[in-house]
Amino acid sequence: MYNGGKIIAGLIIFIALVTFPFYTNMGKTFEKPADPTAAPDDLHIGDIPIGQMRAEHMMILDKWRDEVVRGGERFITYDGDQYEKSIQNGCLSCHSKQEFCGKCHNFAGVDPYCWDCHYSEEEGL
Amino acid sequence: MKIDRRKFLKLAGCTGIGLGLSATDMFKGTVEASSGHSAVSTAAVRHAMVIDVRKLQTAEDYQRIVDACNKIHNIPTLIPEKGNPKHEVKWIWNDTYGHSFPDQQNYYHPEAFKQKLFPLLCNHCDHPPCVRVCPTKATFKRPDGIVQQDMHRCIGCRFCMAACPYGSRSFNFVDPRPFIKDKNPEYPTRTMGVVEKCTFCSERLEKGEQPACAEASNGALVFGNLNDPESEVRKILKSNFSLQRKPELGTMPSVFYVIGGGEYAG
Repeated sequence: MYNGGKIIAGLIIFIALVTFPFYTNMGKTFEKPADPTAAPDDLHIGDIPIGQMRAEHMMILDKWRDEVVRGGERFITYDGDQYEKSIQNGCLSCHSKQEFCGKCHNFAGVDPYCWDCHYSEEEGL
Repeated sequence: MKIDRRKFLKLAGCTGIGLGLSATDMFKGTVEASSGHSAVSTAAVRHAMVIDVRKLQTAEDYQRIVDACNKIHNIPTLIPEKGNPKHEVKWIWNDTYGHSFPDQQNYYHPEAFKQKLFPLLCNHCDHPPCVRVCPTKATFKRPDGIVQQDMHRCIGCRFCMAACPYGSRSFNFVDPRPFIKDKNPEYPTRTMGVVEKCTFCSERLEKGEQPACAEASNGALVFGNLNDPESEVRKILKSNFSLQRKPELGTMPSVFYVIGGGEYAG
């Protein structure tokens, strides 16, 4: 083998780099964040079950966004209650941005750009 | 297969006629759209505003209207004297007659009238040029006549700013958040790189409220349905002489100005 020493040294460095995340985290435990709500599974937001909201909230919010901004349909009604399809006037009137949204987003390393414009009163601008 | 000259000429003629017909059909729509002079909106609702400048006398009368809008919509105050004047963000602002109606001037207007200020805002045109140029359809015309801006879809190309003949659109050259004095937690801010403008307070209309400027104006700004002959705006327009900004452009603005007359004499 030509240049055998260099190739083998290179391979060792390459494997060391690729497996770096595995051996640095080996033996450590990680804590999954607790469910931000202790809500039972049969709870609904409008006619959307809570489980579906948890899994698909990004698609649902995106759909609501278009309905509000482009269609002018600002409210949804469920069981006689009216909800506003709005981050600042809907979601954040009960949920806390840091405690509720942030808990999973921070854990998953998700940084949604919703907050570039929509803001929570608790944090200010 | 062999084609003689006679047959070839027949086929060529038929092809030519066919192409000509399909081409006229193809361009029909384009010509209609670009003329910009098709009929006025006949929808059940066309939101409009009548501004009676006779009722605006003191500097506070004008400032109150601008402040109400700025506060409710989290509009940053990037003061032109302190920074780049192009960074200014405005939804409703005031300017002189000469700047507001540059095509309807007269050497002999009374001096008091030349100094008079006019509240200016998006005209929510029936034929909005900003909507025609937007490459992402971020700005669009709602069935009720409001020209709406979808910040989520705006890519900040500023074609609409070049197209708008009224200077009604502002671009966020800098992050607006540090420059918002009175923040309203019920309304979002904008981010750097999007164009914004007056929305006729569409979010307030959906809750059955009047636009913020109309509410703060003590009756000088009247908002209503232009396509309802019994509405207040139509009644004012029927009984007063009114102006529109740059009507010769064919944009058909939905904002009207009642300018009065006699009170400037002297």
